[in-house]
This record gives sequence, structure tokens and C-alpha cells, in this order.
Amino acid sequence: MQVTSSVREPLVTGGKTAHDVTEDICSQLEGRPSKSWMIGMAVALSALGIGACAVFILVWDGIGVWGLNKTIGWAWDITNFVWWVGIGHAGTLISAILLLFRQKWRMSINRAAEAMTIFAVICAACFPGLHMGRLWLGFYWALPLPNTFGSLWVNFNSPLLWDVFAVSTYFTVSLVFWYIGLIPDFASIRDRATNKISKMVYGALSFGWDGAAKTWSRYESVALILAGLATPLVLSVHTIVSMDFATSVIPGWHSTIFPPYFVAGAIFSGFAMVQTLLLITRKVMHFEDYITRGHVELMNIVIIITGGIVAIAYTTEFFMGWYSGLDFEDYMYMSYGAATGPWAWAWWALIICNILVPATLWFKKVRTSFVWSFVISIVVNIGMWFERFDIIVIDLSHDYLPSSWSMFYPTRYDIGVFLFTFGFFFTAFLLFAKFFPVINMSEIKSIIKSTSSKENK
Amino acid sequence: MKDNKKTYWKGIEQLSNDPEFVKNAEKEFPDFLPINQNEGGGSSRRDFLKMMGFGIAAVSLAACEAPIRKAIPYVNKPVDVDPGVPNYYASTYVNGGDYCSIVVKTREGRPIKIEGNKLSKLTQGGVNAQVEASVLTLYDNERLRNPKAAGKDTDWNTLDKEVITKLGSIAAQGGQIRIVSNTILSPSTKQVIEDFKAKYPNTSHVTYDAISAYGMAKANEDSFGVRAIPSYDFSKADVIVSFAADFLGTWISPIEYTKQYSKTRKLGDGKKKMSRHYQFESNLSLTGSNADYRIPIKPSDEGKAVAALYNAVSAKTGGTSVAGAGKYANIDKAASDLVKASGKSIVVSGSNDPAIQTLINGINSMLSNYGSTIDLSRPVNYRQGDDAAMDKLVSDINGGTIAGLIFFNCNPVYDHRRGTELKAALSKVSLKVSTSARPDETASLVDYVAPDHHFLESWNDAEPVKGSYSLTQPAITPIFNTRQAQDTLLTWAGSEEEYYNYLRNYWRRHMSFTGSFDTFWDQTLYNGVLDTETETQSFEFAGDVNSAAALATAVKAADTELALYFKLGVGDGSQANNPWLQEMPDPVSKATWDNYLTVSQAWARDNKVTSFQGECNKAKVTVGGQSLILPILIQPGQAQGTVGLALGYGRTSAGKVANGVGVDAYPLLTSQNGATNLNVTSGVTVEVLDEKYHIAQTQTYQTVMDRDYVIQESTLSEYQKDAFAGRYHPQVSNWMEPSGQTSPGNISLWEGHEYKNHHWGMVIDLNSCTGCSACHIACQSENNIPVVGRQEVVNRRDMHWIRIDRYYSSKKGTTDYYEMIEATDNPEVTFQPMMCQHCNNAPCETVCPVAATTHSTEGLNQMTYNRCIGTRYCANNCPYKVRRFNWFKYHDNSQFEDINTSMNNDLGKMVLNPDVTVRSRGVMEKCSLCVQRIQYGKLEAKKEKRRPKDGEIEVACASACPADAIIFGDMKDKESRISKLLKIKDTKKADYIIETEIGEPRAYHVLEELGVKPNVTYLTKIRNKEQSEA
Repeated sequence: MQVTSSVREPLVTGGKTAHDVTEDICSQLEGRPSKSWMIGMAVALSALGIGACAVFILVWDGIGVWGLNKTIGWAWDITNFVWWVGIGHAGTLISAILLLFRQKWRMSINRAAEAMTIFAVICAACFPGLHMGRLWLGFYWALPLPNTFGSLWVNFNSPLLWDVFAVSTYFTVSLVFWYIGLIPDFASIRDRATNKISKMVYGALSFGWDGAAKTWSRYESVALILAGLATPLVLSVHTIVSMDFATSVIPGWHSTIFPPYFVAGAIFSGFAMVQTLLLITRKVMHFEDYITRGHVELMNIVIIITGGIVAIAYTTEFFMGWYSGLDFEDYMYMSYGAATGPWAWAWWALIICNILVPATLWFKKVRTSFVWSFVISIVVNIGMWFERFDIIVIDLSHDYLPSSWSMFYPTRYDIGVFLFTFGFFFTAFLLFAKFFPVINMSEIKSIIKSTSSKENK
Repeated sequence: MKDNKKTYWKGIEQLSNDPEFVKNAEKEFPDFLPINQNEGGGSSRRDFLKMMGFGIAAVSLAACEAPIRKAIPYVNKPVDVDPGVPNYYASTYVNGGDYCSIVVKTREGRPIKIEGNKLSKLTQGGVNAQVEASVLTLYDNERLRNPKAAGKDTDWNTLDKEVITKLGSIAAQGGQIRIVSNTILSPSTKQVIEDFKAKYPNTSHVTYDAISAYGMAKANEDSFGVRAIPSYDFSKADVIVSFAADFLGTWISPIEYTKQYSKTRKLGDGKKKMSRHYQFESNLSLTGSNADYRIPIKPSDEGKAVAALYNAVSAKTGGTSVAGAGKYANIDKAASDLVKASGKSIVVSGSNDPAIQTLINGINSMLSNYGSTIDLSRPVNYRQGDDAAMDKLVSDINGGTIAGLIFFNCNPVYDHRRGTELKAALSKVSLKVSTSARPDETASLVDYVAPDHHFLESWNDAEPVKGSYSLTQPAITPIFNTRQAQDTLLTWAGSEEEYYNYLRNYWRRHMSFTGSFDTFWDQTLYNGVLDTETETQSFEFAGDVNSAAALATAVKAADTELALYFKLGVGDGSQANNPWLQEMPDPVSKATWDNYLTVSQAWARDNKVTSFQGECNKAKVTVGGQSLILPILIQPGQAQGTVGLALGYGRTSAGKVANGVGVDAYPLLTSQNGATNLNVTSGVTVEVLDEKYHIAQTQTYQTVMDRDYVIQESTLSEYQKDAFAGRYHPQVSNWMEPSGQTSPGNISLWEGHEYKNHHWGMVIDLNSCTGCSACHIACQSENNIPVVGRQEVVNRRDMHWIRIDRYYSSKKGTTDYYEMIEATDNPEVTFQPMMCQHCNNAPCETVCPVAATTHSTEGLNQMTYNRCIGTRYCANNCPYKVRRFNWFKYHDNSQFEDINTSMNNDLGKMVLNPDVTVRSRGVMEKCSLCVQRIQYGKLEAKKEKRRPKDGEIEVACASACPADAIIFGDMKDKESRISKLLKIKDTKKADYIIETEIGEPRAYHVLEELGVKPNVTYLTKIRNKEQSEA
């Protein structure tokens, strides 16, 4: 079936057999947690704990504990939301779009990437919730539920409502997709389990998977259907998130370029985040044979492409700011004012992290270097955070009437709530890495025959 | 049937019937369960269950208990009070010499709002911020609740007995008694003091004012032989020249003058002329901000500039010149304008130097303004203070020659130049009494405090201008155990008469009326005011201008001169404990909660002081031996070589709100030619400190960035040529139009709204608005707007629904944003009141996910607080940034206890308007166009089966405005002022859109190109100058 070229780099190195794959991956979750895992977990839980205090105070005292003001109604909250949602794009893109394009290299990374997506979307979802002044009502008033308020219904004109639909749909489909992919692997673990509890838990999780040919066939059809469903969602979520801004009247927000620009940016940051996590996982869990230099390079190429789109989008924005002749756009974010004004640091952070640093990936030496890839992946995510911060905060801070212009200074609660999501993200990811198969064993087994070096010899 | 002899038994035991069985047979079932197994006394399982049951029941019952609400229903309904229906009482606001005729709105017996009294010929329905805010002072938790003796609560009988004994013994020993007061406008109160003097003959009455105009009165005595301050009529003036007189802000009678002044600034079809206003001053005052030409001068130059104008006018009218004049820009221009407008001009000076005022009198006399714009035959009583007498009193007290002192509602320890000296000397006085209603700096040092009522609890009269009378009537029964100060004096003078009867009798004796006195009294009380005829006298100027000029120009210039001033909010500091006033942004500097050293931009450049977002260095100001450490505020328009500082701050015994806010500058006041002087022209040094301080400003960017879609302005000559002058007409490309272009409002995604009944709208005339901020406090009072405190203003979270944007001009014609952002050193100033624009295509309405903000069928953009979940998307998407979010819970929250007093204690809460919800935390709020008033007005009209008449429904800001710059009304009503002013036409744009089209050339919408179609319209700002400087 698979045509293997002798000139093509193998996707899995180390001459793995199917049994090796099972051993390598299952042994990670069958043994005792390693020391580095324990340390990581301790750090993640501390972050989660400290962050939870910030969340508690935020809900108890009010949004005023943040640094927002009458001019800047959103800052870190929605920045973090968009940032996390953006990160959450990579997983489904890798597993769905690359599946449709039959990109086999995705197989060793899609599981972790999807898990990351799920956790990132949960982190993202925290912010629209927590940023509400009356969270306790917002939970259900923002949903089109039948209610006792007579004809009172949600406002379908509001992009925030669209967000609710877009993000929840994306989350549901991603979760189902991820879980279905996990079932055969859970079954392998179940079959290997010696411990009663493991047997029971993984038995339950594997939904009675029997490995029959018919089951496999159904499994593959479902995966394909879900991939088909998930593909448009990858594009729709960030398109709709971008409409929070694009449909508004605020200069710098009101921009028709936003949907593609945001989607590209999301993939950009998502791939960077996958890169960061994979390089750590690779090292810590000794997956050098599964996550190879080739994987890293391919990921970097996606980062270059999406980064390039983003850079063009910025340039277009700045050009249009000047070309439109509109003072509002021409001032601050879009003009030289951005580079020299009160927000220069944030603007330069964006340019350096998102354009200049990723540009080094054009050099093969850089994009095949694990260390550089790791550094750049982090820099890109910092840059993407600044992109959202710049769009949201700079544009709000200097809008139409100069009388209301102001600055934004974060408080420890802004930082604390962000930390909370980091704590959650890493706690969840570490739990996933410990108890779930980090690499899709069943899929990997399908490519070792065709691509592993041993078979080719 | 045969008897059955069979025996049945239940068990073998019964059959055998052995004794053991018989013994227990009756106890088949145990007659008790072990209730108390452990006899030791602990609790059993049953006890536990009982306790738990009771506990749960008790806890849940306790939880069910309704919170105690202190609303007590009327057993017998008072005749005049209907729950839910407000009552209005005409009354008079008097605070020292400040006067305003008012109408008090009460609900269920509580005064909740103050409106202007339109029947008054003086204030004409206008109010200012201090008047509006005074209703909150009534409910100040820190007012004295009982009379005090030696710092301890006492009762009135004891106090009276002790004071009378002591006064008696002082009188018997021939000791001197002084009654010290601020200006007393009330003729009957003066009579009370006379009665007191009659009882204690060694008594005399000393009057002083924190904002003194003694120099003027003295100058008029020199010039015309009457020691008085004339009344001015700015409405008749075509040319106004003011030397540091802040007549729209704090000088003499600002409400009255604003009313008059604004009449000369109105433009329209029939009126293409307006007054021209020159202002020579050091600090950028509110009046200076409104001037057509503003010339910054140093305080030491005031005399020289006045002399220069004197010479220039006299040269044109053929008079003689005086020596010592300086050379200043625009003096000649002003003089020729003045001479052209002889008899229709006014020259005023805010100086308290009699010499300068004599020169001013000379100028006005040359211009024959007396008898037309200036009327000495109807002198005003607003400032009767005698600085010399007060000076002498302090020296006398120091010399130990005063035995008894009665501080009649005044606080000289704080607000007199020699307050510190007075404080130290007070121990030499054997009897010190104060009638202050609060334990202020003076009252905390006296032996007895006989607290006065708040004016809303009092009877009183006033004669603000000769022949114009006004009555104060109580709108609430006294809240605390206080007593009207007049009653106190009457009691001590041995009179049994109540002041109310005394007042009536005084009026019966002194007023001329026809018919019964009761009818006359009731009618006057109903109207609140009474105007009587006065004789017109003519006065001949006989002042010695040469010696006056010599004195006035003798002031030597220094490198740094200090010009002290008063702010519109806190004023002289007597109402400093009022958080509304503390948080009212200064109209010019936009700073709240502080006073600060205003420095010029040039000075800041020289000293390398920069300010960002209100954060700037602190400075140490030394005057003579006294130093003050205070923050710097860089103030465009500040004259070079001068610094400014507001009085009224730095109170130590005002209350929790005001204590420690700002620094006390009263000790820096000087005396010049016998009068208290606001200018310190020698010995001022300013040292910049490294320490930084963040001044809480509500606006930190100063210029309009050349955005003519925000401020549209022009000059009078341009306007006379073309009524559309200064207008900006945005156009967008549209292929459907033959011209290829159309107005942005013509293209819309939305179908528009059809208004079948009413269409509320508002017009704001930028030309009349002086920026005085009366509307600020009126809105705060009407709409229960919380005060958030200094730190929250620093965080840019002030809650005011209406704000007054103040823009300075930047360098003309520049396209460089960094130049645009800088104000010029002497900028033109524009004030733009900004509140919810009630857009017809409101950007906030579309983005709310829960439809909490919606459009009403009458054109209002309305907020449903209950529905709001607080996403703040609406606020972000508001191009005008007028939405306000409740970041915290501002009511019943210890964090805001000492700041937001109207929502954090039971007394303060009495001021809340029951028609307006107090918003909870987490919800958005904004201007509702006083929807509660609209609704009330509609219902009142409906009861009479008619439509509301124009003017019946008035929003709080419009009714407060002393400049009539805000006009509210129904744009559907063709006869309404707003429809006529805007020349409203309805045009059918498409089948479904009926657009309100505005015909008035000056009318524009802010940010028209957005197509949000506001219902608030602005009229262009027109400056009466040859050419615009920016």
C-alpha cells in the first residue's frame, strides 16, 4: 500500500518492531512516575494552586482586581483567551487536515498535539467565563436555553455568542476525535495490564475494543468522518474569534483581514506550542526514535509558512493604516506611533518574536536544530501573545476620542489568572503523559513497516 | 351454639402459667427504650438527633428570616406626602456668601435632589456643582449630632445655661465679645446679631470671607463713596475684559454670571453676533478657558496690565494716562474693542487689591459702563468680609483683649490667612463658642459647640442683591439634635422667640406687601424669591487713579510667583467632606481628589519634569518660612514664571472623606494694601523632588489630535460668512450615487428605527458650555452614581455618566502626531460634555451576547442591569467610551466606606434617588437620558390625557446647566425647542427608514462617519477672534 522511497527519510528510526513500539510507549505509563515527572507535577500544581487563589479573589471581589479600566475593557483576559484558542488549533489541524492529506509524519505527534488542543481549549474557555462581571449568571444566560424570562433570548447578533458556539463545537469534536483515536491504544494497555485497577480502568476506557477487522474498519471510517467534520472547524473557530474584533467599530479591530490572519496566527502559535511540548516529551520520555529531526523540521516548515502569512498580514495592516488615510488607524498601532509611542515595547516584542526570530528558520541549520527549534517555538508563542495583546489593548487604549485614551497596567491578579491556566494546562498534560499513551501506537505500527529503516534493509 | 370449652394458648409458658411467666406477661413489649444509656450525663443518640433536628430547623429558620428593612409605613399618611410622588420646595442655598435660589426635590420626606429655581431673576434656574452637592452634605455621617461642651456631648439646656452665665460674667466685667462670621446674606440674621449686641453691648460682629472681595468694596468706597460691590450684567456686554477674575467659576456670583455670559455666546439664525472676551491671568481658569483671547500674565503684572489698559482706553477717550503701565499683548486690541462697545462692556478684576480695583473702576467709568452693565445702585451682598477688621481681630485675640468669641458658622482657623496664629491665640480667650455643624478645625478648639442645622433643615432669608430677597425653608425635620444658629443666638440674647416667628415678624415689619401677611408670606415661600424695586442712583467716579496706579504697579516681579486659586468643586473647602465634590474632575486640569502645583510647560521643559498619565514629580514649595510638599501638574496656559495652587484642601478636621486630601495653602495667603491677596509675588521657591506622585486625572491626553470629527469649531467672522463654518462633512464612496459619494449615514446594514410616538434627543451647544461641571454633580445626584475614590480614578475607573472632555489646541497645521499630542503653551480650550449618545445604530447593542442593552421605541439606548452579565464588550465597542462598569461593589462595602458615603451608611443612603437602581457589581451602566424622568413626565401627562409638553420633562444635566448649553426634548414634537433649534425634518430614506434630518448648519454628530447616528447633537464652537490659533 505504502510506497516507500529509499531516498525518503524514515519516519520512525531505531529499527522498531511493533512490539518495540508497544513496549516503548506502554512502559511509560506502566512504571512508577519518574522523578522529572514528579518535579514537573509539583511545579504545575503549585502554579495551579496559586492561580486558583487569584481566581477566587477575582470572583469574590470583582473584575476590579484586574488592571482594566473604563477605556480598556479587555486586556489579559481576552488576550489569553485568543492565545489559548490559537494554541488549540494545532492538534486538530495535525490530526484532521494532515490525516486528510495523508501526511504520515503526523502519526507520532498527533496524540500529544490533540491532547494539548483539548487542554488549551479548556484553558481558553476559562477566560470568557472569568472575565464576566457576573459569572454566576453568565454561565447560562449566554446560552440559548429555554428560560423563565418569557421571550428573552440571547442576542444572535453578538460575536461573543458566536464564540460560545464555535468554541464549544470545536471542543466537542476535538474531544471525540481524540478519544476515538485513543480507544485501540487503551485496549493494548488493557491487554497488557497486570494490575486489577488498571485493567478495570483501561478496560472501561477502551469501550470493549476487540481488535476485529470489522472494528478496525469502523474505527477508520469514524476517524475519516470526524476528520472531515473537524477540518472546517479548525478554520471556523479562529475566524469567529477574529470576528469579536472584526465586526466591531474600534479602529484596529474593525478589519476585514482578520479571519485568515487569525487562523494563520493560530496555526503558527499552535505548531509552536506542539513543538515546545514535543521536544520536552521527546527528551523526557526518550521518544527520540519516534519524534525525529525530520518531524521537527516539518513542524518548523509549517511555522515558517504560517509565520509568513502572519507577517504579510501585519504588513498589510500597517500599509492599510497609512493608505486609508484614516487618522484613527494611522495613529498608534498602525503607524510609526506604534514603534515609538507608549506601547513601543509591546509592538517591538511582536515584530521581533513573530517576524524576525522565526525568519531564522529559513536556514536549514536552524530548523533542524533541536535547541533552536525549542527556543524559537517559545519565542513564537510569546510573540503571538503580544500580537493579541497589541490588537486588543493598544487599539482600545487609543481609539476615537483622545479624552478617553489611557494605558493598561496589569495587576498580580491578571498574572495570577494566567498562571492558573498554565497550572491547569501542565497538570493536565502531565497526567495525560503519565496515564495515556502519548504516541498513537496503533497508527505508528502502520508506518514502521513501510518506513522504518530495519524493514527497508 | 354450644360453648366452646377449648383453651387456646400462645405458648407453653402460658399453658403452664409459671410464676416467672406471669411476672413478665404484662411486659411483653419493653415499656421503655433506653433513653439515657450513659447515666453519666453525656448525650445520647436520641439527644443528638433531637439537637440536630432542632439545630437544622433553627438554622434554616434563621436563614429564612427576612433582613430587617427600616421602612416604617405611615400609620396616618401625612397630607402632603404620597409615597412615590416627589414634593418640591422652593428654598435658598447659602454657604457663606455663596447664593443660589433652588427648588428641593423631596421623596417621602427626604431631600434627594436640588434644582435651580427658574423664578429667580439672579440665578435663573442655574446651579453649580457645590449647590447640587450640598444635598449630600445634609446626610454627612460626621455632622455633629449633639451640642458639645469641652469636647463632650451635652444637652441644649446645660449648654445654654453655661454659655449665658459666662457671657453674662464677661459682659459684667466689660469684656469684649466678638461674633465672627463669613458673609451673612440674611437680613433677619443680622437683626438677630443686633439683638445679641443689644444684650451684650461689648459685642461686635466681624465678617470675613475665605474668598475675599474686600478690595473691591474698598475701591468702590474710594471711587464712588459706597462700600459695596456692584451687580454686573454680562448679558449686556459685547466686550468683556477680565484680569484674573474667574467670574464663570468662583468669582462673586458665578451662577448668575454664567447665565448672563452664556446669553452673549449663543448663535443662531437671528443672532450672528456674540460677545468678545479677553482674559489676562496667570493660572488657566475656567473663565480663561472660555475666553476668546487669553493672555497669560504674571500676578505681579496684574496692576501694570490694568494700568496699561487704563492708558489705552483713556488715550482713545481723551483722558489722561497713569504711570507704571507695562506692555502686554492684546491690550490695545482690547481697548479699541472696549471703546467701540462703550456702555456695553465690562472690565473686571479678580484682584483683591483696592488699588487695582480703583483702576478698574476708572476704566469702567471711562467706558460709561456704570448704569448699563454695572449697577452700583443694586449692590450685591455676596462678599461683605472686611479683611482689615478680621486682621485686627486676630491681633486683638493675640493681645488677649478678647474675652468671648462666637464663631458663627465659620472656620477661620482653617480658612483664614492667619489661621495658625489664631489657633495658638485661642487659648487666651476665656469663652469660645462655635455654631459649626461639624467638628471642624475651629470647632474642635472651642469650649462649646452649638451645632447649626444644615440649610435644608433651616428657616432663613437672604438678600443677595439689594432689593432681591429669597427664603430658605426646611425640606426635612432636623436629623440630629442640632439647633438653628439664629435660635442659639436668640436664646443667648435672652429672647424666647423662635427664629421662624422672628423671621416672619422681621418680614412683616420690613417688607412692603398688600393684603394679608400670611398670603404674602405663603406666596413668597412658594416662589422662593421676592424682587422689590430699588431706586436707581447715579454715581460719579471720584477715585484717585494716579495714586492707585502707583500702588498697583509697585509690585515687584519675581522669578517664580505663586497664584493661589479656588477650584470649582471643593471651593474654599467648607464642603470638602463631600465626596461628590472631591471626585468632580476640575474642569480644566481634569484632576480629582487633590490640589497640586500647576506649572507651565516651559517651566517643566526647563526643569526636565515630565508627566505621563498624571504621574509626575513632587515639588517642595517654599514661601517665606513655610514649605509644602505637593505633586506637580503641568498646566498648559500657565503663565511663564508662575505656579498655581488651589486653596480648600489639606483639611485636618473635616471628616473621613477630606482629611489629608491635598495640602493646605491658606497659610500662604498674603496681604496687599490691606486686603487678603491670592498672589504671592515674592519669596517663592520651587524645588523638584525625585518622589513621584500619581494625580488622579480623568483625562490624561490633552489635545484633540486634530480630529475635526470630534470638535468642530470656527471663528465668528467665518461663521458670519458661512453658517457651516468649521463643519466637517465626511463622505464615503458609493457607486449608486451620481456624485459617487454619499454621507456615511446613508449606507447602513440596519433597517433603522421607526419612532411612532416620541424621539428623545439632546443638543449640546459647545459655544455656551463653559465646562463648569454642574451637570456632573446633577447627574451624580439624580442617578445614584457611586464615588470610587482617588486610587480608582488613578486606575481610570471613574463612574460619572456625563463627563466634560476638555481639549487644548496643539500647534496649528501640524501633521506630526507627536506635535499634535502636545498642547501649545497658551492653548485654546474646548469643552465637550460627553455622555451616552443614544445611537440609532448603536454599536453596543449588537455586541451584547445577552441583549442587555437594547434600543427603546423612543430612541433611547437602554441598559437592563438585571440582564447584564458584564462582558464589557459594549464598552469596548462604544466609540465614545461612555459606558461605565461596576468593577467592584461600591455600596455596602467596607473598601468604599469612607469614599462612597452615599451608599455605605444608613444616613448617606437617604440621598439616593428611589427611582434609580443602585447597580450591583459586575454590571455595565451609562447615561439613560434620565429615563425615570421621561417616564414620570409621560405618566403625568397621560393622567391628563395629553402629550407631555416640551420642557415638562427635563433631564438632570440640562436642568442644572447654568449656561443653558444642554437642551433636551422630543424630536417628534415639531414645536419643541430641540426640533426648532435643529430644524428637524423627517425624510423618508427608503421604504423602511425614516430619518430625522437636521437642518441647522452648526449641528453635527461626533464621529459622524461611523454611521452610528447618535441622538445627541453638538453645535459648533465659534470663537470671536480674528483668526484661529489652532
